[in-house]
Amino acid sequence: MENKNKERPNFFERLKFGLAKTRNSITSRVDELVKYYREIDEEFFEELEETLILADVGIETTEDIVNYIKKRVKEEKIGDVTKIKDLLKEKITSILAEDSSNPESKDRPTVILVVGVNGVGKTTTIGKLANRYRKTGKSVLVAAADTFRAAAGEQLEIWCKKAEVPLVKHEDKSDPAAVVFDAIQSAKSRKVDVLLCDTAGRLHNKKNLMNELEKINRIINREYPAANKEVLLVVDATTGQNAIAQASIFKESVDITGIVLTKLDGTAKGGVVIAVKSQLGIPIYYLGVGEDMDDLQPFDPKAFVEALLN
Amino acid sequence: MAFENLADKLQSALKKLTGKGKLNEKDVKAAMREVRIALLEADVNFIVVKDLIKKITERAVGTEIMESLTPGQQVIKIVNEELTALMGGTQSKITMSPKSPTVIMLVGLQGSGKTTHAGKLAYYFKKQGKNPLLVACDIYRPAAIKQLQVVGEKAETPVFEYGKNDPVLIAREALKFAKNNNHDIVLIDTAGRLHINEELMEELNSIKNKVHPHEILLVVDSMTGQDAVNVAQSFNEQLGIDGLILTKLDGDTRGGAALSAKAITGKPIKFSGIGEKLEDLEVFHPDRMASRILGMGDVLTIIERAQAKIDTKKAQEMEKKLLTQSFTLDDYLEQLEQVKNMGSLQDILSMIPGMNAKKMSGIQIDEKQIPRTQAIIQSMTPEERSKPSIINASRRKRIAAGSGTRIQDVNQLLKSYEELKKLMKQMTSMTKGMKKGKIKFPFM
Ligand SMILES: Nc1nc2c(ncn2[C@@H]2O[C@H](COP(=O)(O)OP(=O)(O)OP(=O)(O)O)[C@@H](O)[C@H]2O)c(=O)[nH]1
Ligand SMILES: [Mg+2]
Repeated sequence: MENKNKERPNFFERLKFGLAKTRNSITSRVDELVKYYREIDEEFFEELEETLILADVGIETTEDIVNYIKKRVKEEKIGDVTKIKDLLKEKITSILAEDSSNPESKDRPTVILVVGVNGVGKTTTIGKLANRYRKTGKSVLVAAADTFRAAAGEQLEIWCKKAEVPLVKHEDKSDPAAVVFDAIQSAKSRKVDVLLCDTAGRLHNKKNLMNELEKINRIINREYPAANKEVLLVVDATTGQNAIAQASIFKESVDITGIVLTKLDGTAKGGVVIAVKSQLGIPIYYLGVGEDMDDLQPFDPKAFVEALLN
Repeated sequence: MAFENLADKLQSALKKLTGKGKLNEKDVKAAMREVRIALLEADVNFIVVKDLIKKITERAVGTEIMESLTPGQQVIKIVNEELTALMGGTQSKITMSPKSPTVIMLVGLQGSGKTTHAGKLAYYFKKQGKNPLLVACDIYRPAAIKQLQVVGEKAETPVFEYGKNDPVLIAREALKFAKNNNHDIVLIDTAGRLHINEELMEELNSIKNKVHPHEILLVVDSMTGQDAVNVAQSFNEQLGIDGLILTKLDGDTRGGAALSAKAITGKPIKFSGIGEKLEDLEVFHPDRMASRILGMGDVLTIIERAQAKIDTKKAQEMEKKLLTQSFTLDDYLEQLEQVKNMGSLQDILSMIPGMNAKKMSGIQIDEKQIPRTQAIIQSMTPEERSKPSIINASRRKRIAAGSGTRIQDVNQLLKSYEELKKLMKQMTSMTKGMKKGKIKFPFM
């Protein structure tokens, strides 16, 4: 929702604002714990576990993290509870840190396929990315490969107008792979730097829809082998543990290269991406922090964890 | 996923508990550790889990273990009952206004599925002979009005739109329009919004105060995590909701959000969305949801059905035969007849956690064929029935001729028998934690 009258906050304010809820709740909880406990006992670790679970980190990854901290505490005979925060920060950062470069660092033409379950923010993210890439001087083309959902093409068209980028669009209900095929030919002949492909939302347990996605993916590989290919999985930050199933099954079909975590402007913490990264090794590329065109942040693990825990 | 075998986990957590009698505190505590993990993996909110575990523990400690259940199954039964109770027990319906039109407003976060479900509800009421009207109050999201129009067309329901005017004005005009055009149901689609966006929450209140909806339904994505409680609580406190719609249940999420949202608001879940098509809307079933959250398939249903239908003594004999590898074709036939009383064997097998299509692929049992199976087996000599391995090609030919079937049918039957035997062996070792002589299923 545009609030045109309000003055636009700057980058850091935006990052901070977007993550404020995340930060507040985790930090205040940790602070609370730190204040409350005099010594590090079993109950303390249980509370720490609770904090992470409430952030959707999930029981398995939470236990890994807590066990790691327990081990460090024991080995290093740490008696100071304030150090827990540093340990926690260090551990989560190390999970998130490796391999977190994003598609912008590549200098070849890039095709970005955007996928995810229904309603997570794929189309909005495409609008935001198109705007971002165009602003950094790249030429951008968008493919409307969601030919299924009602008015999906129109929605994308409005975003492309806003972002001032061209769009390849077919009739509703036409073959999405054909849209991508056309878009690739057009991208090649226009020599565009980035081709962004929107796809219909699909639940990962629907075999036929995943097959359709595989077909689109094959078209890209076949028609544009020279391009750098990225597949972005959009994950809604309010999603719980199902995001792990989403990531692993989408990955089987289309080899996800990175995640866009959206809706961080709400109260959800999106902690499940920590589990996804630690269990599946999929890095996070961008964060969505609102519905406006520039409510998109490149993912910076340090800043993310800092904002999460400080 | 670790979670798929809560039954197994409970079984092994309570393995040592071999005697009959009551569940003691220590056993229950061990079981609750597994239940807690299961609920958390299902995204049930942490606080809700805490309360539940406390309640279940209180109830479970000292409970007599039923004659026919293992301690693990006894615990599952209690957990399941508590979950079902928490989820509302029975289904709820939409409250119809005595004075037409009934106004229903859909609210919720972005991307939860409001527009799609407005369309599904229109279709649902249409089928009941009502004359619904859809109202486009999402003036923010690009092409939202268009989306509702497309959906409305499919549902053969007119859509009232007034461009990007104030949603309060749109709602008011829509209500007038509905009255003038004999629409008895008005379905208001609103823009997705964050529960912490005060301005937009205020907008909902203004619409509410203008058109006085009879039902305000919060649309919640079933994949929502721990945040479901914050969302549901905020919407309920700031606006007041009458019920919930749980969407995208056709996915593979455990759907703990359902329990969280229900527990925190006390408002019933009225519908569930189970697909992208108009007809993919169901009245919500709390009991099914409970088993789903537990990741148990319908294991409880099996327990109940089995308890009711199976002759326990016969089941015990059968188990002994299985263990001593003396399971014959006669036994096989008897099994089939018992199973006939319980429902489709394939159905029953598929309800067992850990059972999947692959494991079942070798077995083709169609209970409609039981008479034929009977005929085939009856055409065998007693020796053949107790020692099927001696049935060679010429015997098969004779049996087929004698029973008026084809050789393929005889082959298929023998194959099914072997597969079932194999499977039962597997399952017997899988559930070796179970008390001896307490086997519940004829094929276990
Ligand atoms: N608050 C907030 N809302 C967002 C964000 N990203 C997307 N949305 C909203 O979420 C809703 C769904 O976004 P879409 O971009 O249509 O999602 P999609 O994944 O393309 O949806 P389908 O194509 O229907 O599967 C819209 O109302 C968006 O405005 C975000 O970062 N924050
Ligand atoms: Mg879309």
